[in-house]
Amino acid sequence: MPSPTLIEPTAVPALDGKPIALAVRDLTVTYGSKVAIDRVSADLPERHVTALIGPSGCGKSTFLRCLNRMNDYIRGVSITGSVRLHDEDIYAPDVDPILLRQRIGMVFQKSNPFPKSVFENVAFGPRIHGISDTVRLREIVERSLHQAALWDEVADRLDASALGLSGGQQQRLCIARALAVEPEVLLMDEPASALDPIATAKIEELIHELKEHYTVVIVTHNMQQAARVSDYTAYFFLGRLVEFDTTQRLFTTPSRQETEDYITGRFG
Amino acid sequence: MPQHTDRTYEADLAHLRTVVLEMGGLVEDQIVQAVRALTERDPALARQTIDRDHTVNRIDVEIDELCIKLLALHQPAARDLRLITTALKITTDLERIGDMASHIAERALELADEAPVKAYVDLPRMGDLARDMVHKSLDAFVVEDPALALEVCQADDTIDKLHEQLFRELLSFMVEDPSTITRAMRLLFVSKNLERIGDHATNIAEMVIFLVRGQSIRHMDKRPREL
Repeated sequence: MPSPTLIEPTAVPALDGKPIALAVRDLTVTYGSKVAIDRVSADLPERHVTALIGPSGCGKSTFLRCLNRMNDYIRGVSITGSVRLHDEDIYAPDVDPILLRQRIGMVFQKSNPFPKSVFENVAFGPRIHGISDTVRLREIVERSLHQAALWDEVADRLDASALGLSGGQQQRLCIARALAVEPEVLLMDEPASALDPIATAKIEELIHELKEHYTVVIVTHNMQQAARVSDYTAYFFLGRLVEFDTTQRLFTTPSRQETEDYITGRFG
Repeated sequence: MPQHTDRTYEADLAHLRTVVLEMGGLVEDQIVQAVRALTERDPALARQTIDRDHTVNRIDVEIDELCIKLLALHQPAARDLRLITTALKITTDLERIGDMASHIAERALELADEAPVKAYVDLPRMGDLARDMVHKSLDAFVVEDPALALEVCQADDTIDKLHEQLFRELLSFMVEDPSTITRAMRLLFVSKNLERIGDHATNIAEMVIFLVRGQSIRHMDKRPREL
């Protein structure tokens, strides 16, 4: 397959004047000698859902992980360029990655609740950040579970083990846990890929509600899911950002042939 | 353009193009036969044309079903989505063109035994033009050629003018000799039907431009001269 034409490294796709939550400039990530992300620049709009799509190995997950410095833990990784959250460089030396991840939360593909009670799972983050007042914690837990559309299902078993919940409930619990520390941005890496269609629909519905308060960035292999939940879509291929546009335009009249081939199922 | 990874999807889309063309070919034929039944005063041909409209309708339903199946099973996007929605709209126009050919054949039946009002000069010309427009619009659909589609849109003016001209002429016959009114009115219906066929061919051509460009040029105050 020929190397894709790319959005010029310095060009940033326009956002029609929407406020920007995350500004990425010239981001390049290499694992040893392998270039995973190649000079990507993009503005991610505040309180909107941006979906990252592309075939396996295209760099979309790496890109997502750069947004809250999850790649810091990987040996041999080199990251250049910049990522700014509301004009603050998240890679600046004085930034504490733990505090950063309070502002930029993450939900993973496989739900990973702690082997604790439902309540303790959600209260965990706020406790770490120094909240010990029980009344206050209860409020936070209830609010977060409401926001994650889980409250009605677990209100009477907050003390039961989180591991006894269904897969879809566990995933929403993880979302509640991420919301408990009041992040500005929520990163989601394939949040529904291990769920059945009903649980998936609930997560997608939830994403629609979350964007009222949060900036959501979601990686998904399911193009229909990207089309359903997102406002903006970024198509990655071979580490490059090929196209970034409103989801409607990208799925109806993409401007690049590579994007068109991918979204219409012409995988070469 | 590369092929779909899903071969059955690719095959279904190819089949869709083929049946739209098949329907188009049939409809073109219907126009020619209807006009010929009129000019050659051939009631048998007229009846045959009317009967064949069922086949056109059957293909119309078949294409609808195929499109709905493709939409439901493959969640098409971008150009594929435009191809399917275009096919749905094109077939509606083709089906209407079929109906109009059928109406012309009905007038041919009525006029077969009547004395001529005037020699058939303009109507065959309009028939040829209408058939050409349908043919070209479908050619443009097959080869996805927006320039050819635009030619069809522009040809619509000619057929409109011919209709206007025939209207004035037939009106003068009717004013002069009221005994021609029934026959002249029937001829006017034929002319109107041919003029409407031109409009439907224009719709098809506009859909082809949408298919290729992803932009609609319909309902613009002024049609673009070039793309």
